[in-house]
Amino acid sequence: MTDPVLDDAVLTTQLDKVVAWGRKYSLFNYPFVTACCGMEFMASSASHYDTDRFGAIFPRFSPRQSDLLMVVGTINHKLAPALKRVYDQMCEPKWVVAFGVCATSGGFYQNYATVPGIDTIIPVDMYIPGCPPRPETIIDALVKLQARIQGLRQSLV
Amino acid sequence: MSESALYQRLAESLGLQGLQEEDLGTVKALVVPAASWSAAAQWLQQQGFAMLVELGAADYSKHPLPHPGRFAVAAHLMALPGFERACLKAYLPAESPALSSLCGLFAAANWYEREAWDMFGIDFKGHPELKRILMYEGFEGHPLRKDYPLGRMQPLIPMREAVDYELVRQAARRAEGGA
Repeated sequence: MTDPVLDDAVLTTQLDKVVAWGRKYSLFNYPFVTACCGMEFMASSASHYDTDRFGAIFPRFSPRQSDLLMVVGTINHKLAPALKRVYDQMCEPKWVVAFGVCATSGGFYQNYATVPGIDTIIPVDMYIPGCPPRPETIIDALVKLQARIQGLRQSLV
Repeated sequence: MSESALYQRLAESLGLQGLQEEDLGTVKALVVPAASWSAAAQWLQQQGFAMLVELGAADYSKHPLPHPGRFAVAAHLMALPGFERACLKAYLPAESPALSSLCGLFAAANWYEREAWDMFGIDFKGHPELKRILMYEGFEGHPLRKDYPLGRMQPLIPMREAVDYELVRQAARRAEGGA
């Protein structure tokens, strides 16, 4: 929307919208990669599918510098405290993606070792099913997550 | 197969009689008494079987065929110049199954025996550090035993309530102004 006085030299918008725009195109992810889904994650991050062209999926290997936790692969009960710790170290606002069917629901594992879906440990925003998911599915989930971030009320503190 | 002749010599050297053989498909296994476990392994090592390829355990308590004991431990050995295989198997009772450790003979036995202890609770006498290798400290029971309940989990941190997705869908429909 252009201002009548300043003409098209200045654009006015709502703070929520511009903050959301900034946030959704600068998702820094923490890849919590534990299993074979990681290969598909690498394939979708690499040049052929290139999730970076959506302004997202730039991996940061410190939870304190990231705002998107990608849980890629099977999580077992021995690892669950580490996942919870990584999630707790991330600053708000933060989002979590369960990547692959093991992280989504435990998959075909129903036993003593495997966590039946990481939503029994930490809250999850987006689930990507598949064993492993196709890169198109990952991009679809990413775009849906960006749409959700655009629609949120953006808290600045 | 050539293993039978080898096993016959083994039984003669150790003074054991009436030993059974089991055909495992690719190799024949010699079933030895638990008391002769490390002596038989040492004899094979002296014959050139220098490499411990695999040591594993099994629980036969729900197996359809009868077995001489509830648990079995099998050690696969290999003689490197000609890649000959040999296999020793010992059956153990349901109550406090124990064997002598092979760590003194084969360094590779260390982790295999810790795994067999972790998963089946088989006590290897003389092992330098027999503790869990895969499961965490504080885990109760031995998960690959047939009487370990399927699906019994021992989480280290409290698990959240499962999400009721029908409630989520209802909330989404309300938000969209539908029914």
